[in-house]
Amino acid sequence: MNSVYDLIIVGAGPAGLTAASSAAKAGLKVLLLDEFMKPGGRLLGQLHQEPGGAWWNGIREAELLVLDALEAGADMETGVSVTALERTNDNRWTIWTNKGCYRTPFVLLATGAAESANPLPGWTLPGVMSIGAVQVMTNVHRVRAGNRGVVIGMNVLAMAIVSELRLAGIELAAIVLPPRNALSGKASDPDAVLSSLLRFADLAPNAMLKYGARFFQCSMLHNLALHLYPKRGIRMLGVPLQLRRCAIEIVGRDAVEGVLVADITVQGELIAGSERFVEADFVCIAGGLYPLAELAAVAGCPFRYMSELGGHIPVHSENMQTPLSGLYVAGNITGVESAKVAIAQGRVAGLSIAASAAAKKAPSEAEIKDSMEQVKRTRQEALIQFHPDIATSRAKMYQSELV
Amino acid sequence: MSYGRIEHHPVLGPLPRAAALSFSFDGIEYTAREGDSVASALLAGGVRTLRLHEEHGSPRGIYCNIGHCMECRVTIDGISSVRACLTLVKDRMSILSGTVLPTPFRQETKTEGSPDL
Repeated sequence: MNSVYDLIIVGAGPAGLTAASSAAKAGLKVLLLDEFMKPGGRLLGQLHQEPGGAWWNGIREAELLVLDALEAGADMETGVSVTALERTNDNRWTIWTNKGCYRTPFVLLATGAAESANPLPGWTLPGVMSIGAVQVMTNVHRVRAGNRGVVIGMNVLAMAIVSELRLAGIELAAIVLPPRNALSGKASDPDAVLSSLLRFADLAPNAMLKYGARFFQCSMLHNLALHLYPKRGIRMLGVPLQLRRCAIEIVGRDAVEGVLVADITVQGELIAGSERFVEADFVCIAGGLYPLAELAAVAGCPFRYMSELGGHIPVHSENMQTPLSGLYVAGNITGVESAKVAIAQGRVAGLSIAASAAAKKAPSEAEIKDSMEQVKRTRQEALIQFHPDIATSRAKMYQSELV
Repeated sequence: MSYGRIEHHPVLGPLPRAAALSFSFDGIEYTAREGDSVASALLAGGVRTLRLHEEHGSPRGIYCNIGHCMECRVTIDGISSVRACLTLVKDRMSILSGTVLPTPFRQETKTEGSPDL
């Protein structure tokens, strides 16, 4: 049993790395654990152009955060899976991993988010991957997922990754909606999908989408747009965005050979006889992200369901503390948002823990307040608002009483 | 069939240099780049099927690539149920795919199977 650390952070993504350096700089002995072979989390796959034109290269950003955490004195171990944690009578947490057991007074869960799946017939065939899996293969491992893909699902994450795949020269035959079923919900409703696409239309590289979007935000035109929307789709980065078409089945014997698609009405109902086969050798399922919070549940933390934040969220206050003594959360486990917000939240968590632990160079009350303001500023300036009501939902969460 | 590596990238630049490692999958030799996961090295080598479903034998490959879905489990150097997407390739690693296992006590019923969505 290792008990030398003041703080153990689970997840070396943007939130965990920033929390590690903030807490270590304040004088705490910090250990960061991550299941992946490389620190950086979901940040590693990110690659997009900022409004000023500069590239946000997740691999580079992650390297800088890792360097900062190591220089601050934090220890880091990758390839370690945390399987359980428990509060023991001595006011400490015991953490079980696949490589030993730890005891520590403070735990920060910065486990990020995972992708929701939109299951459909044939989705277990080799060559069907979550879109995030394809992103990591492309940008991190530099491996081609295939020669010609189909993306099933249209959301912020899907659009961002589609542009990354195009950048890497990966051909995509089409982006279609998931089939309407008990699990797909609004993701298979053309009207709801169009509304959500319009929210980040300023990111759309296609002029038609970008300028057209503003125009269509008026609801009458919105409806007209859906009626007139070409079945073949509107091209975005050379890929047809088919808002009036959905996947029915992924076809193949030993691996993906193609996708059976069909046209749908404005209401999302299948149009009989419109089925057609699209040849492809890989499929990306884009179901969006949800907070990865199992460890908080194992620890016994209470949850709130907040759809605006992506699902079940461990109850926490604005300083990232949960109702369980010594247990903190930061990053996408508290709601799906951008990496920059996760970085800002990581700093809040690192500083709050340092203050609570009465660290040698513990931050002042004002410093913690300022870091919480920084989270709000970062959210306001974010390029992508994952959900229009994030700020309101956050405020609601922080008002809920801590037991 | 292999789709290969992304050798040139307009923003990330050329594929960085990395030492070549050799490993075997079901007795066939493959090459990996140092830093590859078992999943990425096999995909680069054209292998998509990592196992057959233990019960009905349908082919399975990687799905989530973050260790969550457990679809990519393989046997590595004698240890079973290792996730290919979270495991670094090491030189001379021996990897085996999964296959159908006997289910002697299983009773077939008509209502079984995936729920209808």
